[in-house]
Amino acid sequence: MREDEEPRIGVFVCHCGVNISAVVNVPEVVEYAKTLPNVIHAEGNLYTCSSDGLSKIKEAIKKHKLNRVVVASCTPRTHEPLFRDACEEAELNKYLFHMANIREHCSWVHPKEPKKATEKAKETVRMAVAKAALLEPQEEPEIDIEPSALVIGGGVAGMTAALSLANQKFTVHLVEKGGELGGKLTELYKLYPNERYSSEILEEFVQAVRSNPNITVYTSSTVKRSEGFIGNFKVVVNHDGKEKDLDVGTIIVATGADVLKPNHMYRYGECKNILTQLELEQLMKEKKLGKPQNVVMIQCVGAREEKEGGRNYCSRICCAIAVKNALQIKELLPETEVSIIYRDMQTYGKDFEEYYKKARENFVQFIRYDAETPPEVFTRPDGKLGVRVHDILVNATLELDTDLVVLSTPLVQSDGAQDLSKILKVPLGADGFFLEAHVKLRPVDFATDGVFVCGTAHSPKTIAETIAQAYAAASRAGIPMAVKRVRTEAITAFVDESKCTGCGICTKLCPYNAIQKDERGVARVNDVLCKGCGVCAASCPEKAIGMRHFSDAQVLAEATAALGGS
Amino acid sequence: MSEFEPKIIGFLCNWCSYAGADLAGVSRIQYPSNIRIVRVMCSGRIDPTIPLEVLMRGADGVLILGCHPGDCHYVEGNLYEERKVKMLTKLLALTGMEPERLRLEWVSASEGQRFARVVTEFTEQIKKLGPSPLSGKSPNQKISENLEAAKNAASNFRLRVMVGRERELTEKNNVYEEKLTQKEFDSLFGCIIEDEYVRHKIHLLTKTKPLPVKALAEAVEKKPADVLVQIVDMHRRNMITVDHVEGQTPFYKALEIQ
Repeated sequence: MREDEEPRIGVFVCHCGVNISAVVNVPEVVEYAKTLPNVIHAEGNLYTCSSDGLSKIKEAIKKHKLNRVVVASCTPRTHEPLFRDACEEAELNKYLFHMANIREHCSWVHPKEPKKATEKAKETVRMAVAKAALLEPQEEPEIDIEPSALVIGGGVAGMTAALSLANQKFTVHLVEKGGELGGKLTELYKLYPNERYSSEILEEFVQAVRSNPNITVYTSSTVKRSEGFIGNFKVVVNHDGKEKDLDVGTIIVATGADVLKPNHMYRYGECKNILTQLELEQLMKEKKLGKPQNVVMIQCVGAREEKEGGRNYCSRICCAIAVKNALQIKELLPETEVSIIYRDMQTYGKDFEEYYKKARENFVQFIRYDAETPPEVFTRPDGKLGVRVHDILVNATLELDTDLVVLSTPLVQSDGAQDLSKILKVPLGADGFFLEAHVKLRPVDFATDGVFVCGTAHSPKTIAETIAQAYAAASRAGIPMAVKRVRTEAITAFVDESKCTGCGICTKLCPYNAIQKDERGVARVNDVLCKGCGVCAASCPEKAIGMRHFSDAQVLAEATAALGGS
Repeated sequence: MSEFEPKIIGFLCNWCSYAGADLAGVSRIQYPSNIRIVRVMCSGRIDPTIPLEVLMRGADGVLILGCHPGDCHYVEGNLYEERKVKMLTKLLALTGMEPERLRLEWVSASEGQRFARVVTEFTEQIKKLGPSPLSGKSPNQKISENLEAAKNAASNFRLRVMVGRERELTEKNNVYEEKLTQKEFDSLFGCIIEDEYVRHKIHLLTKTKPLPVKALAEAVEKKPADVLVQIVDMHRRNMITVDHVEGQTPFYKALEIQ
């Protein structure tokens, strides 16, 4: 389409079977659409997204020389790509397409008000047509990808991801904060449910990583700075006190998690016989457990409750860990009584329910408490520890003698995550863990292209789940590196240089470091880094920044079209 | 007469709130049909002039929905929008338009129920407020002018710099290791908003015909001395000039803002 051409808009109103047409009078909306300015063609379709419906769009573009297309149907979040592709197939730039949502936002939510719903559908179409008239074609820039990856974190997740990428012949830089590889695996005793020694598995991993020629390992190293964008990241790593520059195409965050220290909970820290599950594993690993006659484990310490520094989420793995450690104690000391005080046992998934059953068969006691009446750790007159708990299944308060109190605390985000989040410009969720771009559709991607997440840095999970997610992250990172070129966002900001005064507000507000001042002091947008949020445009004191595809004029035209007219 | 059916414009961010509205649809949760939805990538995209313009054109209510703090797809766009809406609320209070006609709420992608509740509550609230003074056939001329002055103030450098830097000023130390408390900032910004609003009101009034201080003071409901202070500042900023003098009284005329 040439810029001097008048808009010629085609409107396609979908019945969606009966999903829309049972409530909205679709023929009325079609007739109404024909009366709107710049609309050359309007029609109703049974299913606009069917191959028949899509060919109708393509035919109409050719036949009526349409240069804008509006589809009134469902949500653009799911169907926009499909209709955009149809436009492209008919040689219409896909950014000259706009959608009116008359299903999720209309027929499905106003089923008892067909008149009002039809009115709303008409206005929604009018709004979409008003914006469509102002749409401009956009191009998605293509860039080259450097076929190398940075993996941050040398635990199970990081080592798995590094190995997976290295085996695909990509160069991998593996950065580990600690002095050796292994992460939390170095601290564990045995792993559930097959009870192999953690050290055996660790050895296999480290051996494979160290002997792989495509992996360079940097221990005692942290990421200091990062700039650039997918395919062209420039990362500065602090390696043993010296700065090292790395040029990589993709980044995988696999920094792991820490165990919550239950300070001020259940008298933790007051005596050495009150410890966390991890500390218990270390005792067993170092063969310093001794011979306790009674062990009491308390679940959900600081998890699924926000009071006193707790976390509101379930850490997923603590129930199975408690079962495992109870079984380990039973194996080492068959005479020892082990009780697990729990709120809900969540030994979900393959083999774990059987594992829980095995613990019951081995006479591990399970006592259920309620969050409202948590157990209490006290010292008996003879100086030994006791736990008082209200068992809600038998509705009785029990007092248990014990030599060891073991607290199951959740995994929490590790210390450096805040800094890394800022360095890489990737978000942390409300729970402190790294937040993926979409929980269902893009579970290992960050919103920032070329940066991925896996392992417990993302959320608490088992080693098996961590490995699966690390493979996912590696395969996602592998795609752009294998293709070697990538298309980036077209919805970006641009600066009117004649208006920019170089105040620098946009450079500070941009969450992606996509705006820098050039040598003249004028703001310049890096199209590849910009994700198109528009915060800079909405904040520029001189209104010197415009947004592609979401200009002030386009947004206002869509909004005010709802107000004008009949 | 049929019941008042307000016209409400909703600006929804693509990643959380629009998805939340989709979920309300998928879950078949019903809510009043008054809202007209405009999808934007981030709530932070909503320039402060946009809600003002929409209200000027007669919308009865404007609802901006973004991700919950900490969940923003663009890290903190929602928090910047929060600052803009705070400024707009103060500006609206000066114009005579009810600030309750503008609301910012957080709705996540999983909160279909909450989306429906927010829309229902807001629609009820606007129904209680009644039609906008700017809707219908005879809009209130004075409030319309006031809103235009507010819009001009919100397009101008000073308020936008303050909004753009609010979080930096209140959350981070400056180069002298100083930080404004939120209270200090709010009271300072409150004064600036009022000053800028009055200045743009004066500018708007003197655009069509030259006016003396006394007439301007009546129009903006301020003491003549206060108006003169603003005019001196506007003169310094090349917003106004003396058009002519009648007897001893100077008449001021607006200059095009560069």
